[in-house]
Amino acid sequence: MAENVWILGIYMTKFGKHKDKDKLDLATEATLNALADGGVSMKDINVLAAGNLIGGTGFGQELQKQVGQTGIPVFNVTNACATGATALRVGVMSIKAGEADYALAVGVEKLAGAGLLTGNTRAAEGDVWAPDGRYGAVAPLDGRIATETMPGVFAQIGQEYGHRYGGTSFELFARIAEKNHAHSTLNPLAAYSKRFTLDEIMNDVMIAYPNTRPMCSANCDGAAAAVLVSESKLRTLSLEQQRRAVKISASILTSDPWQEACQILPDVNTLTKAAAKQAYEQAGVGPADLDLVELHDCFATAELVHYDNLGLCEEGGAADFFNSGATWRDGKTPVNVSGGLESKGHPIAATGIANVWEVAHHLRGEAGDRQIEGAKVGLAHVIGLGSACGVHILEKAAA
Amino acid sequence: MSQVIPLVDYLVLGDQPKLVANECTQCGARYFDRRSACASCSGTEFRKVDVPTTGTVRTFTIVSFAAEGVDVPFVAAVVDCDGTSVRGNIINTPPDPEHIKTGMKVKLATYEVGKDTAGTIALGYGFEPAA
Repeated sequence: MAENVWILGIYMTKFGKHKDKDKLDLATEATLNALADGGVSMKDINVLAAGNLIGGTGFGQELQKQVGQTGIPVFNVTNACATGATALRVGVMSIKAGEADYALAVGVEKLAGAGLLTGNTRAAEGDVWAPDGRYGAVAPLDGRIATETMPGVFAQIGQEYGHRYGGTSFELFARIAEKNHAHSTLNPLAAYSKRFTLDEIMNDVMIAYPNTRPMCSANCDGAAAAVLVSESKLRTLSLEQQRRAVKISASILTSDPWQEACQILPDVNTLTKAAAKQAYEQAGVGPADLDLVELHDCFATAELVHYDNLGLCEEGGAADFFNSGATWRDGKTPVNVSGGLESKGHPIAATGIANVWEVAHHLRGEAGDRQIEGAKVGLAHVIGLGSACGVHILEKAAA
Repeated sequence: MSQVIPLVDYLVLGDQPKLVANECTQCGARYFDRRSACASCSGTEFRKVDVPTTGTVRTFTIVSFAAEGVDVPFVAAVVDCDGTSVRGNIINTPPDPEHIKTGMKVKLATYEVGKDTAGTIALGYGFEPAA
């Protein structure tokens, strides 16, 4: 039986604009504070998994050159918006494989001012039409054959759910953003912590119907890091370290299995359902046991479908579930009490560790004003288009 | 008369323009790109099949903000052509939520993308409301 894996130390930086800090400053802040939080140092760490999507290759070694070159193996990972969760997953696997007692997972991104995540700028067109690529296209296709923009892709994902099951509307999706922005007012680390009225959200700049600007995740700077430890090693540490440690009851990563239409519009549902099912089985808990959920609300339209994909509601019942108030912080299953990606921000490679930090923070009882009282079990979910889905279920240490 | 070519190779022009898919001979999965193998069953043999030219809008978005050089607003959609899903814009109708609904019936239509320096016209495809 493979070892259980625990989070010993974890940290996220403030998300937002860090004008005077580069990715290494942010990643260093996250790393050193995660190590200090766990009461260990770089010398203890046996393996580093490092994620940075936009900044080029070799980020893990660049980080080592700032915080400690100890000769350990480095895995530089990228998996779109699931990069952080993938780094965490690599750490978990290393410990479960028996090759490490301590693992460090770090994710960082510098994205402030990157604007909206759209398709690539349309390339200049040649003088003479010439077929190119796997579609034999004579001109760029974004905007001519549907859209490559993320707000547009996820708008279709939400609208498709509405078409299949009913109950959705522009207003319903806007009310999901209203909830997350309301939640963000309690999160001092969020990039944006302003409450919006429903009218303000619906009348803001339309990006891709039905997603207006405040219904889209915010590009920003940020980093997060986690120190993982094997259960046998944890048992040799201080009682205080053991008390604050958070158990990783499930660590799952899936990709999208082939489905009709999955190469026409990304299918973010099938792989999330598969990841959730495996995670609940591995952890031995069910959706009803979750005290809080941080899920990948890259757009308001995405949050809705993941209520269903994660089994928080009955199949097809996501709109009713939301309308019941269940996902507000005082509801049955609080979702994105951090403010979610729509307000906390989405520094891509940091996101899949930052949402684990949020859940861990509540399980430790250290979440201050936004503490979900008595939280014992939580779930963190991310999706990277392409696609990759990470689901982690966390449990509070037994008293 | 100037030459006319399709925007993509799976659009076949003629009196009645149509989309042609690559269908896996082993499992029937359909694709529009050039294939190395089948994502569903790993088979490597494909045949060309005509895709029905009418369908139903399964989902859509109205893109108002896009990359530089892309004309907005436009309607991006997935159309269910009798079991084969197709990506395309909804054209020849106003791009607003009053005119575009999921479940609406549409049919294939072509439009002029532009003309190159040799005078060759490229035709793209979209879907327009079916009366």
